[in-house]
Parts: sequence; structure tokens; C-alpha cells
Amino acid sequence: MTKFVQVFLNGLTLGSLYALIALGYTLVYGILRFINFAHSDIVTYGAWLAFVFATAIGWAGTDSPAFAMPFILLMSMAVCAAMGFTIERLAYRPLRQAPRLNVLITAIGVSLFLQNAGQLKWVFGTQPQAMPKLLSEQALFTVANVKVPIVDVWIVVLAFVLLFLLQYLVYQTRMGQAMRAVSFDERTASLMGVNVGRVISFTFMIGSALAAAGGMLYGLRYGTLLQSADAVWVLMGLKAFVAAVVGGIGNVRGAVAGAFLIASVEMFGAAYLNPQMRDVYVFGILIAVLILRPGGLLGKATVEKV
Amino acid sequence: MSTTAPVKSLAERAAAHRANVFAIIGKSAWPVAAGFVFAYVMQMVVAPGVGDFYGKLMLDVGIAILAGLALNIVNGYAGQFSIGHAGFMAVGGYVAAGIVYYGSIKLWGSRDIHGGFLGPGELLLLAGCVIGGLFAAAAGVLVGLPSLRLRGDYLAIVTLGFGEIVRVLLQQTDDVILDPKKVEAASPLELADNLGGALGFFGSPRYLDPKNPFWIWLFVVVVLIVSYRLKYSSKGRQLLAVRENEVAAEAVGVPTTRVKVSAFVTSAFFAGIGGGLYAHELGNSLRPADLGFQKSIDLVIIVVLGGMGSMTGVVVAATALTILPEVFREFSEYRMIFYALALILMMILRPKGLFGLKELWELSIWRKVFGRRRA
Repeated sequence: MTKFVQVFLNGLTLGSLYALIALGYTLVYGILRFINFAHSDIVTYGAWLAFVFATAIGWAGTDSPAFAMPFILLMSMAVCAAMGFTIERLAYRPLRQAPRLNVLITAIGVSLFLQNAGQLKWVFGTQPQAMPKLLSEQALFTVANVKVPIVDVWIVVLAFVLLFLLQYLVYQTRMGQAMRAVSFDERTASLMGVNVGRVISFTFMIGSALAAAGGMLYGLRYGTLLQSADAVWVLMGLKAFVAAVVGGIGNVRGAVAGAFLIASVEMFGAAYLNPQMRDVYVFGILIAVLILRPGGLLGKATVEKV
Repeated sequence: MSTTAPVKSLAERAAAHRANVFAIIGKSAWPVAAGFVFAYVMQMVVAPGVGDFYGKLMLDVGIAILAGLALNIVNGYAGQFSIGHAGFMAVGGYVAAGIVYYGSIKLWGSRDIHGGFLGPGELLLLAGCVIGGLFAAAAGVLVGLPSLRLRGDYLAIVTLGFGEIVRVLLQQTDDVILDPKKVEAASPLELADNLGGALGFFGSPRYLDPKNPFWIWLFVVVVLIVSYRLKYSSKGRQLLAVRENEVAAEAVGVPTTRVKVSAFVTSAFFAGIGGGLYAHELGNSLRPADLGFQKSIDLVIIVVLGGMGSMTGVVVAATALTILPEVFREFSEYRMIFYALALILMMILRPKGLFGLKELWELSIWRKVFGRRRA
């Protein structure tokens, strides 16, 4: 029972991280219909920037002030939002009318650029670094003999707060209405007076800010930051993407549902089956969902229009 | 009108259309013969003359061309985006390395290089590479089948997932068995689980070295001729039609499903052979991570920069991208940044790649240079 609860809580934490990242994929896909391969690198930069800011200010341990973590989180999110804006302007906007394959290749190019630029000596370097412990790892409370550390509670609570904010943004505000209109039909939305360029920029900024939050929380939870071109980051981005596809890409609630599904499959698979095969389980689910229900669990089946 | 003409049965009509078996053998024999001649010249004339450093570079160029051309069939001709092609190379490489390493021990009792040029050891290498290619082709069916339902970026993700799954599975295997007696006792199925794990498959005999590049060039010529024939045949036109507009291709009667899967299988076969050759080249380490995502991306860069669908473009890009890092060794940390920028700029400024779909001899520059001058 203890093991089950432990695995379940781990899945809940990991699912919250995946959900934050998956939302960026799903928002961009919903509007531009392409996979933003550079999204996982924004996650990387979110984590690394948090490290850079924290060390620059000198907050290294749990003795740092209580506002340290939210402050650095906001800084990291803001810088990453600016990065998302710039990437969209420079790399993707010139290709708005190009075939999707070209945009995909450009996205891979942007991803490679960010990964390798991050490895330079004067950016983040090639050495793994320990993330400053801005949050205590003390147990906040105990469930069925499992200690729940403050970090995990922060991650889950923060993820849900951001998710509800996003939900409010997309479904209750004028900007959200514009986003949904562009997603539905870009040309018509443009004719109705929606500034499509601004909506797309905004979407990229929101997605990148969420990714930065996911990256920083990941760093706080797992402690080490690997170099920016390490496969770990790509793999994490990929699993978040898998979550978005499994839930039905373009669907905000689907991405969250998919994230928790993928995370629990990964965690329970690793705990009760073979721990080294966790990636195989995740990609197995992806292939199964794509073959059996290509629209995703909560997505609509789409018909190719000619 | 022609009631007098004898009505042929369906079987008779089919027989008239059936290709002559001997003609097929003849047609498929000459690429091999041409490759043999070219590779023989490379082996006997070029290899002794260039020295070890350039010889090794030429080996790498050969394998890059081979793998690039293989990816070009899927990515260039059929327009299906695969970013897991190193996975096929890994399948071919590991199967070939397993066959050659354990085969040598079982047949001759030691894992050393056996026999000289075209000797029995090299024939085992050839068999290993071809069987490795066949295994990769089987994997190509597995990956190609989802492509019936998936388009564009989804397919890219599935191929990527495939490459990752291959890597993870290879990392699960046990250490290479070093003791010949244990190898003699083990069954092939047990040996298939001893491929070195994450540390890599080491110890397989390195038949291909700067003095001995024969098999690489043989396969390069074969793939070049296959690519050429494919591109200008009706099959290749079907692939190009799928690439340009899948719905329209289907509407004019192209069996898109079959065409896409067969492109995947052909491409995977040659990528597997490339992997088999890679595994037996002097100075290469065969680790699951070596044939991982990074290698797949290298191949994509070769195909995209050279021109998706252009064989000569792939050859030029593979050559340039293999040699340039050696020339600019001091700037190696900027290499991938430069490639990434080249990729982005190419997509924005010249989306079809350096040569586009055209071959070297089809470029319009020749018409400008050699064309009729206006009086």
C-alpha cells in the first residue's frame, strides 16, 4: 500500500510537470497546426535560467527568503516568454504560408540552435549543475506512511493554479476568444478583425512561460540540471508532447488528462514492471492511440479537407 | 468490330505483361557489376594513394552518402518525414555486428579478421550487412504501417519514438561474450541478447579500414543506381506524386499506402546496410547512443540541405558535411550552431534545399553557361 501511494504521488507530481509542458505544445498546435520542436528547449532554458538567476542573486539554499522561489519563477517565465516571442517572429513567421514540412524542419533547426548555444562556455556550459534548493524537502504531511515533501505540494498546487488561469484565459477573456477563433479558422478570424499575428505571438508567449515554469519545477524536484543538449530534456519534451497527442492535440483539457495518464503509466510501469522500459511504455501508448483513435482521447476526429 | 479476333483469357493477358525473369536478373546484375568495378578501382588505385587520414575521411563520406541516400528515398521522394532513421542503422549495425562477431567465433574459433581481400571473412561481412539490412527492412514495415494513418509531423514523432525504442532495447542487452567456448555453447537466441548493452558492442572485427574501403563503395554505387532508377521510374513518379499531394495522388489511382510502405522498406534496407558497414569500420564505436537521435538529425540535415529528392544534392551535402568539421576542428563547439542556422535560413530563403528536386546535371546554371548565345 505504501508503495502504491508513493508511486501514485510521484505520478501526480510528474503529471503536473508534463501538463505544464504539454499545454505549450497543444496551444501552438491548436493555432498553427505544427509541432513546436523547440518547445522542449524552452523548458531547458526555463530551468537553466532559474539556476543562473538564483546563483547570481546568491540564493543557494533553503535559508533564502520565502519570496525567492516565486520571484525567480516569474523572472524565468518572463524571459522565456520573450524568447518564445522572438523565436516566433524570426523563425516561424516568415514561413506562415510555407508547407508544414518546412516549418517542422525549421523548428528542428531552432531546437538544435538552442541546445547547442546553451552548451557554449559563456551561456550555460557543458557541466551539469545542482539546482539551488529554493524549496525545502521537508515533509509537509504524511499519507499512508509516505512523506509528502513541500516541493511536491508546490508543484501540484502551482500547476493547478496555472491550469485554471489558462482555462479562464482561453474561455473567459477576449484574447482567449480570439485564440479560439484563430484556431477554428485563421482566415475568417482575420476578416472579423482579429489581429492574427498578435494572437499567435501571445500564444507562443503563454506556452513558453508555462514551459519555463515546468522546467524550473522539474529542476527543483529532481535537483540536477543536465547540459542543455542532453537527451533527457528532449525526452521530457517528447513525453509531454505524447501526453498532448494522447489527450487530443489542440485540446487544453485533453493535454492535462493526457499528461496525468502518461505520467501514471510511466510511474506504475517503472515501479511494477521493468524500470528501464518506462520510455517504451510511453511510446507504446502513443503508437496505440495514434492507430486506434488518431484524434486522441478527448479530441475530435478530423476529416482531411481537399 | 473485331469479333474475329481470338479472345484472350485473363491469364494469357497477364502472362504477356509479366516481366521476363532473365531480364530482371540482367537488370539487377549490372548495378552490382558497376559497383564492383568502381569499388575495385577505389580499393586498388585510390585507397593506397591517399593515406590513412584521408582514407578514413573517405570511409565516413561513403557511409554518410549511403545513409543519406537511404533517407532521401523516404524523405525526398515520398515526402514522409522520418527523424528516426538512425534506428534502422542501429538495427542493421547490431545484427551485422552480431553475425560477424559470433559467426567468426563459431566458424573459425576466433574473432580476428579472417582472410584477406574478398576472403571468407569479408563474405561473412557481406552476408551480415545484407541480413542486417533485411532486419532493418522488417522494422521498416513496422514503422511504415502507421504511416497509412499518420501524416507529416505525427509520422515524424512515431519514427522518433521508434529510434528511441530501438536505443532503449539495445541498452537492455547483456555484455558481449568474450570466451569462445561459451559462444560455441550458446544458441543464436541467447547470443542475440548479448550485444553489449549501453557500453556498446566492441570487439567485432574491423574489416573496413582506410586501405580496405571496397564494400562501402560497392554499396554506395548500388544505392546510387537504385535511387536513380527509382526516381525516373513509374514507381518513383508515384512517390513524387504522394510527396506533392497525397489526396490528388490517391485520386489518380496511386496506391498511396503501398507506395509509402515500400518506400519505407527500401529506405530502411539501405540504412540497415549502412549501419552494418558503420559497425565494421575501423575507429567507430558501436554504442546505442552513437546511432541515436543525433545521428538521425545529421542525416536529416544532409538530405534537407542537399535538396529533398536530389541524389547528387545528397552526395554533395554528405561529402561537405563530413569534411567541413574536420577542416574547422577548432570551432567544433560552433559546428551544430552553424548547422542549425543553416537549416533555418535554408528553409526561409531556399525551402527546397540546395539543388531542390533537380540533379547536378539538370541545374539551370548549365543552360546559362553552355546555352546558345543570343546574337
